[in-house]
Amino acid sequence: MSEDRADTFTLNIETANEPDDPYAGVRETTEGPVYTVTGQDWDDVIGAAAAGEERIVVNMGPQHPSTHGVLRLILELDGETVTEARCGIGYLHTGIEKNMEYRTWTQGVTFVTRMDYLSPFFNEAAYVLGVEKLLGITDDIPERANVIRVMMMELNRISSHLVCIATGGMEMGALTMMTNGFRERERTLDLFELITGLRMNSAYIRPGGVAQDLPPGAVESVRGYLRWMWDHIGSYEEFANENPIFKGRTVGVGYLDLAGCMALGITGPVLRSTGLPWDLRKSQPYCGYETYDFEVPTWDTADSYGRFRIRIEEMKQSLKIVEQCLDRLEPGPVMVGDKKIAWPAQLAIGSDGMGNSLDHIRHIMGESMEALIHHFKLVTEGFRVPAGEVYVPVESPRGELGAHVVSDGGTRPWRVHFRDPSFNNLQAVAAMCEGSMVADVIVSVASLDPVMGGCDR
Amino acid sequence: MSDDEKRTEAADSAENAQGMTGGTQHPDDVDEAARTRSESSPVDQPGKAGEPGGGPDQPSKEEVTTGGDARPGEQAQTEDEAKDEAEEESLPAEPEGPALPPEHPSRRGMFGAYGGSGDTSGYGRLVVRDANPVRGGSTPRPWPEELEKLGDDVSAALQEAGSTDTDVFEKVLVDRGQVTFFVKREKLAEVARIFRDDPQLRFEMCMGVNGVHYPEEIGRELHAVVQLLSITHNRRVNLEVTCPETDPHIPSIVHTYPSANWHERETYDFFGILFDGHPALTRIQMPDDWPGHPQRKDYPLGGIPVEYKGATIAPPDERRAYN
Repeated sequence: MSEDRADTFTLNIETANEPDDPYAGVRETTEGPVYTVTGQDWDDVIGAAAAGEERIVVNMGPQHPSTHGVLRLILELDGETVTEARCGIGYLHTGIEKNMEYRTWTQGVTFVTRMDYLSPFFNEAAYVLGVEKLLGITDDIPERANVIRVMMMELNRISSHLVCIATGGMEMGALTMMTNGFRERERTLDLFELITGLRMNSAYIRPGGVAQDLPPGAVESVRGYLRWMWDHIGSYEEFANENPIFKGRTVGVGYLDLAGCMALGITGPVLRSTGLPWDLRKSQPYCGYETYDFEVPTWDTADSYGRFRIRIEEMKQSLKIVEQCLDRLEPGPVMVGDKKIAWPAQLAIGSDGMGNSLDHIRHIMGESMEALIHHFKLVTEGFRVPAGEVYVPVESPRGELGAHVVSDGGTRPWRVHFRDPSFNNLQAVAAMCEGSMVADVIVSVASLDPVMGGCDR
Repeated sequence: MSDDEKRTEAADSAENAQGMTGGTQHPDDVDEAARTRSESSPVDQPGKAGEPGGGPDQPSKEEVTTGGDARPGEQAQTEDEAKDEAEEESLPAEPEGPALPPEHPSRRGMFGAYGGSGDTSGYGRLVVRDANPVRGGSTPRPWPEELEKLGDDVSAALQEAGSTDTDVFEKVLVDRGQVTFFVKREKLAEVARIFRDDPQLRFEMCMGVNGVHYPEEIGRELHAVVQLLSITHNRRVNLEVTCPETDPHIPSIVHTYPSANWHERETYDFFGILFDGHPALTRIQMPDDWPGHPQRKDYPLGGIPVEYKGATIAPPDERRAYN
């Protein structure tokens, strides 16, 4: 902080503790004394609370372990009761949308996959569907690519819901749900690693199809995974469904009814916990979801308990969809036939990891000058996308994930904006938490399942 | 009508070519005008000489301003018209065929090399056509069936509220199966309420508000796009509003759609659009004291000094020397 800035700030501030740590200790402000709790100073805080009024404002986060990342909750408390709750976000803003404007359309996939890090395939799918709509090739995507996309998205839905249930359970003290949930998630990530080469941030779904075909043995591995999951998914229900402690913590907590959801634009399990079966996979299908047999689970309590039950049911439905995907996998291309869009190189595992296949390198370096030019142009410059703008939503584990993709006719996006469900749904924190206990705030926020990487982008 | 007459008429109507007056003017006239203009003044683009950088598609900021000022601005009209008359004699007869889209406001040639830069690429005279539907006129009917129905429902709802399409919309764009109503900005709050409350429309949910910056569209640089969703009728619609950079005010729709609260704050944060009537329009992603609006096209990528406990981060291209 520069010198003149420091002067203006110290007008109202009286530092009680040693001046070398300006962030700790107690400060007098126009709003009253501000305590920064840094450990071993509980007596000061207690003494102040006993002397003064009951009303205190607590900053919960951005470093609090139960706020799902760097979410900052500003709680005004009257005793243990929350009288006002506000969110502070932006601590994980990384400028992904700005960065994408300086990269080609294909490279954009690598950026969007890092937004909501628990559901990377949904980010990729929303963006890629938008690009394909702008290109006008939505109907040309090969069937096999669509089936693989659906399969990856549904596996991803399972892994994302597992994290939600596991961390949500842990915050209530149900540690076994955490250990089991992460165990199952680990197996899902193993599948991602087998199929895409990466556990997270795969950049696997590309404009025109997917980056590469399923490796040998992938179908068997997924079938083995399905068997494992069907054997183990019941354990969560046995843990929690009738558990009096779990129900005591979740039933009636984080209540948000249908009118509240509509006004606040809430989608996903939170909306379905009010009894409305709104799922974009059913109502506005994409990637061929209309041909799969699955149901949209709902609940009618509009509370955290209902959302938990819905997530478990959705994982079962996802398992059903993945089974259907495996049955449908027919040999065929996984990338659109248009050579002006499809990535020219095939990937292969070499001695130093994944890279361009040696056959392809031999072809462009030794056999065909035209192929080299084509490869060079497409990889460095990229393809052009006709000008226009589209908004493409997909049903992510957290609700409607929309990509607003704008092209100016160039090889790079003019603007890509993500309507992230975490961002939108966090607006409901005030409605869900005010009037409840501090401990219920944790449960309510956990039932929203916010992911700050997607929220802040 | 002879070619000469056609050209004169086109030049007259060119005055309105940038105005985007929607349904009031026939789009062909606009196209014709712009086409005449572009063909009669081939290569004297006043781009800066030796412009560095700038990709083939998205020109750097300098290119946008120099090219943009001279080419599409109203001031340039008179010059162009004079040139038209001077060169009219030497021009070949216009080729037959469908009218071309107007010239792109800020692009010419390829590879960023044109004007007096000693362009040897051979592409310097290339005229880039502007096919962006966002800058075009209204999409003439017929639209796809379900959008026709939506359009009719909107007209009926407006009529019921004592208004008409032309009163509240600049133009209506149907592109790639999605419909976008370009709402006159002073009417936005009113239109949003009709879209939510009318039983034939019932767009209960506002999915988001997002900004787009088009620096070359003089007088309407900033766009805000609102996505609405109707669960009752299972359909979507986009509302788009524009405002100039010099007067970046748009009415807020938070009172109709509370969910727009954070989205409008985000759009303000990134684009500097001021949503009038918003209950607390503050930054949401960037720090409260951040200068500038990062998603605008004239805002650089990186190189912004960041203060953190006295440390300053150099721009990315100055951090290390690789030579």
